[in-house]
Amino acid sequence: MKPKFGVVVFPGSNCDYDAYYAIKKILDQDVTFLWHKENNLDEANVIILPGGFSYGDYLRTGAIARFSPIMNSVIDFAHKGGIVIGICNGFQILLEAGLLPGVMLRNMSLQFVCKDVYLSTENRNTFFSNEIQIEKKAIKIPIAHGEGNYYASDDVLKSLQENNQIIFRYSDSSGKISDEVNPNGSLMNIAGIINKQGNVLGMMPHPERACDPVLNKTDGQFIFKSIINYLTN
Amino acid sequence: MKEPEVTLELALEHGLTEEEYNRVLKILGRTPTFTELGIFSVMWSEHCSYKNSIAQLKTLPRSGGRLLVAAGEENAGLIDIGDDLAVAFKIESHNHPSAVEPYQGAATGVGGIMRDIFTMGARPIASLNSLRFGSLSDARTRYLFDGVVRGIGDYGNSFGVPTVAGEVYFDESYQGNPLVNAMAVGIVNKKHVASAVAKGVGNPVMIVGSSTGRDGIHGATFASEEISEKSESKRPSVQVGDPFTEKLLLEATLEIIKNGWLVGIQDMGAAGISCSTSEMSAKGNAGMKINLDRVPLREDGMTAYEIMLSESQERMLCCVKKGYEDKVKQVFDKWDLNCEIIGEVTDDGLLHIDYQGERKATIPAFELVLGGGAPVYIREQKEPEYLKETRKFNQNTLPEPKDLNEAFLKVFSSPNIVSKRWVYEQYDTMVRTNTIVGPGCDAAVIYIKGKNKALAMKTDCNSRYVYLNPKEGTKIAVAECARNIVCSGGVPLGVTNCLNFGNPYKPEVYWQFAQAIAGMGEACRKFETPVTGGNVSFYNESPDTAVYPTPTIGMVGLVEDLSHITTSYFKNEGDIIYLLGEDREEVGGSEYLKIIHNIVAGDSPQINLNEEKKLQETLLNLIRKGLVKSAHDISEGGIAAALAECCIINQEKQIGCEVEIPVKSRKDFSLFSESQSRVIISTSESDSLKLEPELRQSGISFLKLGVVKGSSFKIKDILEIKLSELSDIYFNTIPKIMSGEE
Repeated sequence: MKPKFGVVVFPGSNCDYDAYYAIKKILDQDVTFLWHKENNLDEANVIILPGGFSYGDYLRTGAIARFSPIMNSVIDFAHKGGIVIGICNGFQILLEAGLLPGVMLRNMSLQFVCKDVYLSTENRNTFFSNEIQIEKKAIKIPIAHGEGNYYASDDVLKSLQENNQIIFRYSDSSGKISDEVNPNGSLMNIAGIINKQGNVLGMMPHPERACDPVLNKTDGQFIFKSIINYLTN
Repeated sequence: MKEPEVTLELALEHGLTEEEYNRVLKILGRTPTFTELGIFSVMWSEHCSYKNSIAQLKTLPRSGGRLLVAAGEENAGLIDIGDDLAVAFKIESHNHPSAVEPYQGAATGVGGIMRDIFTMGARPIASLNSLRFGSLSDARTRYLFDGVVRGIGDYGNSFGVPTVAGEVYFDESYQGNPLVNAMAVGIVNKKHVASAVAKGVGNPVMIVGSSTGRDGIHGATFASEEISEKSESKRPSVQVGDPFTEKLLLEATLEIIKNGWLVGIQDMGAAGISCSTSEMSAKGNAGMKINLDRVPLREDGMTAYEIMLSESQERMLCCVKKGYEDKVKQVFDKWDLNCEIIGEVTDDGLLHIDYQGERKATIPAFELVLGGGAPVYIREQKEPEYLKETRKFNQNTLPEPKDLNEAFLKVFSSPNIVSKRWVYEQYDTMVRTNTIVGPGCDAAVIYIKGKNKALAMKTDCNSRYVYLNPKEGTKIAVAECARNIVCSGGVPLGVTNCLNFGNPYKPEVYWQFAQAIAGMGEACRKFETPVTGGNVSFYNESPDTAVYPTPTIGMVGLVEDLSHITTSYFKNEGDIIYLLGEDREEVGGSEYLKIIHNIVAGDSPQINLNEEKKLQETLLNLIRKGLVKSAHDISEGGIAAALAECCIINQEKQIGCEVEIPVKSRKDFSLFSESQSRVIISTSESDSLKLEPELRQSGISFLKLGVVKGSSFKIKDILEIKLSELSDIYFNTIPKIMSGEE
């Protein structure tokens, strides 16, 4: 059975359609939009919180979104083990909602940054990364954010490491991690983490922007294919 | 509150001339009310009425080809791209606001142009810009540059439209008066095109979107005068942008247009409610009865005058088919936006404005608008004196630099040539997942989902050429823009223009303007790219300087097959490099002349439009045959800068080259000449055997320059530089300047 993806639409989401398109047209899966004022998840097996500026984000990014009706349902869904992926603004919302630990600061440069980056996969044994082969030293996926500077206390960082919750780190094309390739100042070059249970992923890079072969980059497919693989096998 | 008494003095203070005020008296047959005076003053301001430019603009080619909606008829031009789709695009200036408040000035520039696109029913798919500042060594310039880039970025990034191409120039002439031109491109199904019209007696008129505040009052009038010390006090004339609300407005607007519930719709930019009510009425040969008490306000105590003149952003005026008011309201409710009926369409051609139980204005709508009663002037022209001096320049008297390696590195380090990555990485260039070629190449290429097609787009203008020769310089702007589209694999479709000039009441400025329009018309006719619309910005002067005349060209082209998409950088070792076109050793107005010799003089390069057309047709033919691996046009910095860019633009795979270039009289001229109609292409060795006969047959001049190889940029007997050094200069010069390291 094909899994069904649900893409949450906040009024200021602007990557909602991109995620929908990648899943529907490129990966050929079932997908539906979920309006922020609703609380029905429409029987989706995977929830995507897409990128954008949920409610304008003039306050802290994601700070208002976490109180929306749909988020109550998403939080319940996650607590029951449902698969949730927050991309960019979606990651920020997951942090605000307490589904993932840590916070986002403004980028070290104090500037918005949009470019292709490389990610080293630190844990390939998750719902979200099982399709990334060991030979793949780094995957190329774009970022586009002003607040992607991941920060957490030492204790939290330590527990993230101990539980293998850090999935993606900014690297060079060979998978080497250094300050030079850290685009936003994130601690330990963190680009994506999961919760302890492993069913919630937050990542700043945009996998949906690296799916369509027309755009000459397809590494984002690995993430969606990993989820599909997990749910169908 | 008692309104001021309307007198000639008050009219003059509002920017109307005595002649214009007398005309108002004649139209009304009485003294206008204070509100009416305000309405006339903004509607007849240069910004809204085009009174000093329209006579010239009418000489431009404004129809033909695939054009569906001609210039000036709607908010933006519309061109057929097949498959029932049309592309809407337009460029607009936000120079004056950006000069005093760079962040909001630039941000609202983006917001305004986006609304022009989606009021047509088109979904914006890309944003471009053309920016000009003073010297980057100046602290105020860096402040303006930083603020403008942030403003454009924050607005576009939140709104969710990728900013994909543009240009940034630095020159002292823009010191006090930067230019911020924003362009937007959208796609619409031909069945769902909306019009900016109000008609049908009794149809309700609705205001939707943000509430109305006191921001931006007299913005249009402010934009119609020179910048002076007093301009700082005009900061309240600058509007404040809210991209989140604009995003909601976009979705709601497209939804109601698609459902067919509207008669017409127009965005509120300059002159707010005054402009939208009068233009929509005039277009429909109708009138409107408006009750300002119904307008959602942001603050208490606003007068009719203030409400009519407010330029609060993110608002639209809709004329709804009677009976569909509730449906329209439901959509706006869903998006949490205001939606109020403020009046209805009448058949008397009059704009009736009521507020707090009083009739505040009664004006024939037709008399207010461009093409109606708004004044039209043809100004006196005089060739400027400075041209006598600049034409005296003789390039043969220039000392030849001893070290050409060093001279090249200096020219290549010019902020006008180096990569603008510092700028475009602050823009979301990829949202909507259609960006096949983003910033950094000759033109951006944006995919049309579900079709095997894409749109190529670019803005261009070398204003130094226009300063030295307005007519030829403007032809070059059009030619270069078309060349960039063709280098990317597209067929040029049409042009939008943003005409940034000084004070039109100065005969020298008006001469520049008329010459530029003449050149533009000639070039656009040659390339079969009608002018679909645009914007005129006069009064770009500050106490110290008048800006270079800057007729920015925005162009959109169609890539008919995705396999035609071509990028500018070299691809593989062993590929053969060719020069198409011919050098004429032209350094007048060049970057070389400015950077190495600190001279801005001479004539602009020559441009032979027949030759250019032939070059473009030949190149496109070769691209379609799959014989071209890379194509890059030669512009600022000459052949040397163009070749260097081909080596390093693709940071993931930089490859050197070994070439020989023909030297006519002097090596420096050959390296840096900016002769037009030239392109660098590369092809595989085996394809070069097919390419050469094609080129010979085409009749254009071409030359095999050398081969792609190694990790250096090598021009035989002239210069050799390591790619790592070039790359460092190219990508790090602007970041270093902006972080204060240089």
